[in-house]
Amino acid sequence: MDALMLSRLQFAAATFFHFLFVPLTLGLSILIAIMETLYVRRGDEEYLRLAKFWGRIFLINFAVGVVTGLTLEFQFGTNWARYSKYVGDVFGSLLAIEATLAFFLESTFLAVWALGWRRLSAKQHAACIWLVALASNLSALWILIANAWMQHPVGYVLREGRAEMGDFLAIVSQPFAWQIFFHTISGAYILAGFVVMGVSAWHLLRRQHLSLFSKSFRLGLALALIFSLAEVVQGHIHGAEVAKIQPAKLAAMESLWETQANAPQTLFAIPDEKNERNRVEIGRIPGALSMLAYHSPKAVVKGLKDFAKEDRPPVTLTFVAFRVMVGLGFLFVGLTLWGWWKRKKLVESPGYLKVMLYALPLPYIALQAGWVVTEVGRQPWIVYGLMRTREAVSPIAVSQVALSLTAFVVVYGLLGLGAFYLMVQYAKKGPAAAPAGAGEEAG
Amino acid sequence: MDLPTIWFILWGVLWAVYFMLDGFDLGAGSLLSVLGKSEAERRMIYRTMEPLWDGNEVWLVTAGGVTFAAFPTTYAVMFSGLYSALMFILFALILRGVSFAFRGAVDDRRWRGLWDFCLMGGSFLPALLFGVAFANIFKGLPLDEHGVYQGSLFTLLNPYGLSGGLMFLLLFLVHGALWLAVKTTGSLRERALEMAKRLWAVLLVAAVIFLLASRRVTNLYDNYLAHPILFAIPLITVAALIAMRVWMAKGEGWQAWFASATTIVSATLFGVVGLYPNLLPSSLDPAWSLTIYNSASSPLTLKIMLGVALTFVPLVIAYQTWVHFLFKGRVKEADLGYEESY
Repeated sequence: MDALMLSRLQFAAATFFHFLFVPLTLGLSILIAIMETLYVRRGDEEYLRLAKFWGRIFLINFAVGVVTGLTLEFQFGTNWARYSKYVGDVFGSLLAIEATLAFFLESTFLAVWALGWRRLSAKQHAACIWLVALASNLSALWILIANAWMQHPVGYVLREGRAEMGDFLAIVSQPFAWQIFFHTISGAYILAGFVVMGVSAWHLLRRQHLSLFSKSFRLGLALALIFSLAEVVQGHIHGAEVAKIQPAKLAAMESLWETQANAPQTLFAIPDEKNERNRVEIGRIPGALSMLAYHSPKAVVKGLKDFAKEDRPPVTLTFVAFRVMVGLGFLFVGLTLWGWWKRKKLVESPGYLKVMLYALPLPYIALQAGWVVTEVGRQPWIVYGLMRTREAVSPIAVSQVALSLTAFVVVYGLLGLGAFYLMVQYAKKGPAAAPAGAGEEAG
Repeated sequence: MDLPTIWFILWGVLWAVYFMLDGFDLGAGSLLSVLGKSEAERRMIYRTMEPLWDGNEVWLVTAGGVTFAAFPTTYAVMFSGLYSALMFILFALILRGVSFAFRGAVDDRRWRGLWDFCLMGGSFLPALLFGVAFANIFKGLPLDEHGVYQGSLFTLLNPYGLSGGLMFLLLFLVHGALWLAVKTTGSLRERALEMAKRLWAVLLVAAVIFLLASRRVTNLYDNYLAHPILFAIPLITVAALIAMRVWMAKGEGWQAWFASATTIVSATLFGVVGLYPNLLPSSLDPAWSLTIYNSASSPLTLKIMLGVALTFVPLVIAYQTWVHFLFKGRVKEADLGYEESY
């Protein structure tokens, strides 16, 4: 293997791992903020205990998210030096803005929230977690604007052998960036909802802290329901944008080989990339793809064969990941609608609770699958249509990358095991019995 | 003053501020088991850093981000060239960062011992390696005409690089020991102050060696000889270094800590000013050096980023200062009985 392949694997491993932890912070910070606000507003101690219970899990999760984010920022320099040099004028500034605007705010106020119970009034304390929620979502926005620029570069000029900033507003306001942002945070909110529901279901099934975890479950349910529904609509709009902006990605998502009007969607297929066809196709719906992509069954969709071989993304991975993501997305709608119907009789519905306990890992899978569609589907480009991934890698020795990749796998693997073990322990332990109290009362 | 020069100054200041801020928690972390004799003392040491270390580390993310945004070519060459050194720093910072969250999560002596080890190693290594990296930048990296680094990790471990590493390490250790002297109580406080005094003597030797070696090995002094007024910067460093010791002798902890902070900032700026207008001098041929002119971003990007920096960095400084005041005062052993967070 060469430095290119190892660097790709390393970046994929680092992103995968970072993205296991970050999505939960996006939604869980909001849920904790809502819990603490309900406590401040209504004086219901149960919400305070809930905020503290979820806070513990949040802090472990956040710590791993932060330290793994650090390596991602620097990996653009270490492993993708040619990329950094070529697009740093645009891309680097977006990352720098993220750090100054959002990451400082998030890190500083999370520490204040975690350690400042005695030092702040209840309202100030609740304001801190709202700031964390705002900052983590703002951080996601800037990172995804940067990612969207790699998917669909706009607002740049080619000058002095590199891509330079031409129009900052065009980069920040391009609809595709906001599509990616809404699509990703909706997924993250669904995840937070399912994690909260899954853990709450575990306690409810064991008939402990019933009132507390019913409240917790319903908050998670509300968030997951709203965003599962929103994601269906939004995902559709996003898909239509992909069809226009990244036609090769769309063709790979659907494993469509021939350019055709009335293009079908296939529920399942086994793509045969060598022979440029699908070996098995099950559940062909004629016209569905034309309809979804261009809102007309007669619309022509470009097939993979009409892209030069060197311009095609890996088909099987993109195709399968897309099916996993969409399938799970619809499942989430079903599960949350079922929950809405059961919301007032949760304790009497052990069957549903059990399903929701086992459904906890599913949004994690959906999010990773979505990320695979986005990033693998963009190949062979690192910046779509502008720079190929193989042109972007650093002039570094294979041995260096092999060593660092090994270190990534070992260290991240152990960290991941440790973090999930601790989160499960905290989740099982349940909330502290007597509330220590926020606000004026001294400890 | 042209835009690249303004950004060069900001670049230097950001790194200096990062070293000044993370310096105390890297130093205190390195000294964890040296000064913390009991579990209670070690927890006090953690507690002094807990509300602040993460906010400090974001200055590194920002310094890295600004290098990327303002001088993308330098960012690319610096971090791909110093690949292994940077990976060591990053893994050290990862293990150290999670120590804060993981250590208290399981009530087991060996578990805590594991994370204490990670905190110490993860603090010690970056302190040393940042010094090695920056000293090598001052000296010049073996960069060819394409900006490709022609060396290995061991190229960096030359005597001058190591002397820079040693000086950074000692600066941070003194800074951390003084931090503990002003933030803790009891015998821990006294031992921390004693440690700072002892380390200071070693630091003085290391600093003299480094300054003299810089004259022989680097071109840092050229700018100073051309504009003697700039000698004010190393003079501030020397004055702050001496003042630090005087205040230590008087037992004035905070004054000594601020003198230490001034020493770190001015020592970093001493090197940075000496580099100008280079960012990464090439030791193979001066013509292949990366300067602020051949590696800067476009004027538009520099302008936009200047607007962002001038708006948000003061805001960051304001709320981080507020946090320091919010958590002012010494951590007492009695505080540990009360679980502050939960």
